[in-house]
Amino acid sequence: MKLAGESWKRFCGLSFAPALRWALAGVLVLLFAASAEAARISDMQDTNVWEQAIRFFSLRDDVVRTALLGSIFLGISCGLLGSFIVVRKLSLFGDTLSHAVLPGVAIGYLVAGEKDPFAIFVGATVAGVLGTVVVNLIKKTTHIKEDSSLGMVLAGFYGIGIVLMNRIQKLPTGTQSGVNKFLFGQAAAVSPTEVWMIAGVAVAAVLMVLLFYRQFLLGSFDIGFARSLGLPAGLFHYLLMMLLAFTVVVSLQAVGAVLVSAMLVIPAASAYLLTDRMHRMLVLASVFGIFSGVLGAFFSFLGNSLPTGPLMVLAASSIFTLSFLFSPKHGLVSRWRKRRRGQKRIENENTLKAIYQVRESYGFAGEGVRVKDLALRMGETTDETRRRLEKLAAVGVCDLKEIEGKSYAFLNPDGWLRACAVVRNHRLWELYLTNQAEYEPDHVHDDAEVIEHILGEETVRHLERLLDYPAEDPHGKLIPSLADLQRSLTKGSSEDKATGYRMPNQ
Amino acid sequence: MSIWSELIPEFSFEQVFVEPWTEFLDPFIWIFLMGFFVTAACGFLGTFIVWRRMALVGDAISHSVLPGLVIAFLVSQSRDTLPMFLGAVGAGVLTTGLIEVIHQKSRIKTDAALGIVFTTLFAIGVVLVSLYGENVDLDTDCVLYGELEHVTLEPLSSVFGLFEAPGSVIRMGVVSLLVVGLVILFYRPLVVSSFDPGLARSMGMNPAAMHHALMSLLAIVVVSSFEAVGAVLVIAMLIFPGTTASLLSDRLPVILGITLVIAFLGALLGMHFALWLDISTAGAISTVIFGMFLLAWVFAPRRGLLWQVFR
Repeated sequence: MKLAGESWKRFCGLSFAPALRWALAGVLVLLFAASAEAARISDMQDTNVWEQAIRFFSLRDDVVRTALLGSIFLGISCGLLGSFIVVRKLSLFGDTLSHAVLPGVAIGYLVAGEKDPFAIFVGATVAGVLGTVVVNLIKKTTHIKEDSSLGMVLAGFYGIGIVLMNRIQKLPTGTQSGVNKFLFGQAAAVSPTEVWMIAGVAVAAVLMVLLFYRQFLLGSFDIGFARSLGLPAGLFHYLLMMLLAFTVVVSLQAVGAVLVSAMLVIPAASAYLLTDRMHRMLVLASVFGIFSGVLGAFFSFLGNSLPTGPLMVLAASSIFTLSFLFSPKHGLVSRWRKRRRGQKRIENENTLKAIYQVRESYGFAGEGVRVKDLALRMGETTDETRRRLEKLAAVGVCDLKEIEGKSYAFLNPDGWLRACAVVRNHRLWELYLTNQAEYEPDHVHDDAEVIEHILGEETVRHLERLLDYPAEDPHGKLIPSLADLQRSLTKGSSEDKATGYRMPNQ
Repeated sequence: MSIWSELIPEFSFEQVFVEPWTEFLDPFIWIFLMGFFVTAACGFLGTFIVWRRMALVGDAISHSVLPGLVIAFLVSQSRDTLPMFLGAVGAGVLTTGLIEVIHQKSRIKTDAALGIVFTTLFAIGVVLVSLYGENVDLDTDCVLYGELEHVTLEPLSSVFGLFEAPGSVIRMGVVSLLVVGLVILFYRPLVVSSFDPGLARSMGMNPAAMHHALMSLLAIVVVSSFEAVGAVLVIAMLIFPGTTASLLSDRLPVILGITLVIAFLGALLGMHFALWLDISTAGAISTVIFGMFLLAWVFAPRRGLLWQVFR
């Protein structure tokens, strides 16, 4: 409805400000909760939270700088790869992969004889690839279903990893080996070499996604179409899996094997709720990944011995909760508010329609409508009707006035136009059902009651054309036509403004 | 390479295989029994879980009971069975509820919803354990691979004056008996509703109720196994016996029998293996049953890889 302009927008209650306010309130609550958590940790550690926080954000320490850089790059690659994981429904594959790399970490440590990032990287990648191969082999050569084969590789490889790690910790050098940090992660234990590797994987992921964006996109959503275009879909699938394996492997030190999959899935799922476009999802997921990574590293730093992985995951889950509730399009609260708005609109439109009908019964004499007549028409008490009219007055389409001790409702031009439009929708639809769909005239009312709130201008024009610009509905009542409505608005004479609308037969 | 020679300690037959059954029978019999009960209960129930494609639901529940356990510890300040159990069941119900809510109220698919919910709850649990570890008598090692060996530290309690056993072994034994008993009792409806829910409904059964009953039983088994095998290795105990047995036979009663044999062998070999290498018993058991699966995969009659190649 372009006709009604601004006040109509207000009528529907469409406004972005409340959503924004809600989001802000959510962030504040989050921050408050976060500081409360921080306070408790500090009680246990006997250190000043603020000093620690300042130390963290002033980046004076090398350890902090390394951890922070690592978390940022990690957030980027987890967000990017995680987005593909989520849209391809491979979340549980990510979980399996992250557990299956564990024996590789241990063997990498044993081969190098120390915590050498490169050896661990190679070992973990080999184990991850081996795990993937075993999942596929089990699927191909037995009747065992995919979810079970994923679970078997997850638990089987993890078990071997645990056995090896137990042995490493029994070695003379084992207690300082730090391999146990690979289970829950410790961002502070990330070495500069590892940051280079994390950064390398992040750069590779960004480059690959930029270069092969279309190929990855097609492969994710319509693999048949991708093949028909002659794209080597299998190749790009393996490229993506390779990048995924690298991401999991370099994330181990900071996030830990047990929770890497969460860092892949949760930021991407939060982004998935906020946008319908893949490229925006990739960017948003990376931003959320960075945010969770940094927040996790920060709280882990505040609480000295706290493992980083779970804290990163909790930060990511908070983002997810916010986006689950307040996402403008898919959020729970937003959708609920939208529904509420829709219900309010329908209620108001029904009141307008009743006003039209009462004026029709007056033969369109005079300008106001007696509240008592309206109440009779709607079959309710005058108090209830007055409350309805007050709601209309609140959105600025109606005035309530006392004249000679009787209360009257006056619609302003916008309100009157809308009332005519609703009645037109209703009657046109009834006519359409009777003439074109061959319904009985006494069966069409209920259907029209629903559709009158939904029909758009385009459909109404089409209906009018189809029904050859009718003047009367099946019950012999006049249909206010769209052309008349528009004329009355553009002419804008004082007489038109007073009645707002000229009847077709005038 | 000294690191390799020290990795595998010297093997002494006497110490690894003889002493647990003679001189040190008292602690080792409990470790063995605990391992057997856990693997048997998980494997027996797991056969149905695997068939109903709920394997990863087990994974989710085993992770998300952790915060329930910790909060129950913190609130009740005790390791009593009842508060612990209530906490864990509460967490389990919360998990399935949250997964449903996320799946139904947004466009997130079930697999991602599962991944979000259980990792979040698990993360909460791990943070709580790290913060209050001393108070709750749980540590991250226990979460990661369980502390099956700790049954030996428990005081013995008597069962109807017949014999004495550590409390957790008795508890796990009761749970395994419960699982086996219930499965045998409800064998027909369970089988029909697992393979053909439509047929089950036409026969006047209630597949939905069966599903919920199975989920509850799964929660009970996972919770009681948690301290022994941790959050992750439960999956091994749930999936391996059933899948391995299904490579060896087509008949369900035989498969269920084989899962018990696998549980017995797994616990036995796992215990000796862990004793020899001085490692976590739960990790050893899961590695052994993984090995058994690999053997069955390669050598199983008719279904095995070798059979398929040389047929």
